[in-house]
Amino acid sequence: MSLEVDLSLRRGDFHLEAGFQAPGEGVTALFGPSGCGKTSLLRAIAGLEPMARGRLRVNGDAWQSPNHFTPPHRRPLGYVFQEASLFPHLDVEQNLCFGLRRIAPRQRRVGLEEAVELLGIARLLRRRCMGLSGGERQRVAIARALLTSPRLLLMDEPLAALDLASKTEILPFLERLHGELKIPVLYVSHSPDEVARLADRLVLMEAGRVRASGPVAEMLTRADLPLALGDDAEALIEATTHGYDPDYHLNYVDFPGGRFTVAGAELPGGTAVRLRVLARDVSLTLEPQQGTSILNIFPARVESISPINPSQVLVRLNTAGVPMLSRITRKSATALELTPGRQIYAQVKSVALLA
Amino acid sequence: MHPGDIAALWVTLKLALTTTLVLLLGGTPLAWWLARTRTRMKPAIEAVLALPLVLPPTVIGFYLLIALGPNGPIGGAMRWLGGPSPAFTFSGLVIGSVIYSLPFVVQPLHNAFSAIGERPLEVAATLRASPRDRFFSVVLPLARPGFITAAVLGFAHTVGEFGVVLMIGGNIPGETQVLSIAIYDHVEALEYTQAHWLSGGLLLFSFLMLIGVYAVNRRFVVIQP
Repeated sequence: MSLEVDLSLRRGDFHLEAGFQAPGEGVTALFGPSGCGKTSLLRAIAGLEPMARGRLRVNGDAWQSPNHFTPPHRRPLGYVFQEASLFPHLDVEQNLCFGLRRIAPRQRRVGLEEAVELLGIARLLRRRCMGLSGGERQRVAIARALLTSPRLLLMDEPLAALDLASKTEILPFLERLHGELKIPVLYVSHSPDEVARLADRLVLMEAGRVRASGPVAEMLTRADLPLALGDDAEALIEATTHGYDPDYHLNYVDFPGGRFTVAGAELPGGTAVRLRVLARDVSLTLEPQQGTSILNIFPARVESISPINPSQVLVRLNTAGVPMLSRITRKSATALELTPGRQIYAQVKSVALLA
Repeated sequence: MHPGDIAALWVTLKLALTTTLVLLLGGTPLAWWLARTRTRMKPAIEAVLALPLVLPPTVIGFYLLIALGPNGPIGGAMRWLGGPSPAFTFSGLVIGSVIYSLPFVVQPLHNAFSAIGERPLEVAATLRASPRDRFFSVVLPLARPGFITAAVLGFAHTVGEFGVVLMIGGNIPGETQVLSIAIYDHVEALEYTQAHWLSGGLLLFSFLMLIGVYAVNRRFVVIQP
């Protein structure tokens, strides 16, 4: 564990008391409803909340302890704010170089060309910041943060202030960052879609506290957490493309529990992908169905059954070690005599493929 | 031009330049502090700083005359240090002008600093800029319109000063006689031609200064007491 957080902050009625740990690589999403303290926690980690107390260690370096506070400009981090917050008195290239110039040359691990290429902003370098679109600004802001060669990247809902078109424009770049960065990223979000696409781990926050944290696939399917009980409860499945059927436009995607058939454009074989399966799209049968239009049917074991409301239950399934969720009526659960440990078949009506 | 008028012009320019310089140097930290402080004394401090906007110049001049005189707190201190009392000298004029023009410099700077907000400073901090670095690389450039406004208003307002100078200056030609007082003297002596020249010159000068400010800062914040 190379990110160890245990911070508290009191501001009026609001009380943040948050502790969690995260590994030295990958994206950890800070997830929770508005006002739960996600942004305050991120700011406290950056040192932007001087009233925050507690401990913070990054890669073994103490950034904060009860008798020590490293000011923000001495913390090797990159911060992407919700609004791009580019300096209006500087052009794009000068914005990018603001942080870069303040890093000793031998500590630079990200070069200007590399960051510019990674975020696709080469043609913007000479432009004034005023003329940029929302999506372009945010890409410049991300590159600017990366150019300080941070040991920790903090992103505070970088897509929240953008319209749908700009979001769609930026997401592929963020997914690329996810793949190529070798540093831990903390990503504040309240969008399940962004979490599903980008996060490896999830820290679930509630009223200023950390409710639970862990790998994202496990967190999304834990029946004791509110995520699995919501309308959009879903399972995330790490999988690899295996082949393509050009006649029917179907990708074959392997995961430990079997092979998914997913409609869409061809993906090269061997590509690591994420599959997103909503609980309400999974139905259960005792025998494998013949003569059905559903292509994706997998044997599974019932792990738990939790009530959602008087009429519906959530069934947590184990498909060769991969958790999956199914949302069915309580009546069906009784009729099928579902109990933990029972072997059944999960029929997946629809699945989304996240590159 | 009358040789006395040229001397008055010179004293005026020297006074306005010195005053503006002193005010920019001293007003910047004061305005920066005002824009960032959360002290409950802030309304009172702002009121004190705005006083010269509303007080009759003669009132300011009267109190300054007493303070600068040999038995006043400032004059007495200067005398104790072995210097002359500053009443009726150029340095006395500078002290008076600094107080008189203070709000015209501090308010535009305060407005400019407040308008920047916290965010650019936080961004700069996360980009490794130290507090000092942030002030010079972010605050000063972003507050540039405020500095231009402050400098022009401070300068122009000092040039137009009359009441305070009359009370503490002593109207000594070549030393403490400024243009506005030279005009008054010309009118008193019924020398209307010379009064016209000087008045017209000041009118044109003020107009050009303000055009400059409006042209450079398209959004011009008018002084508010």
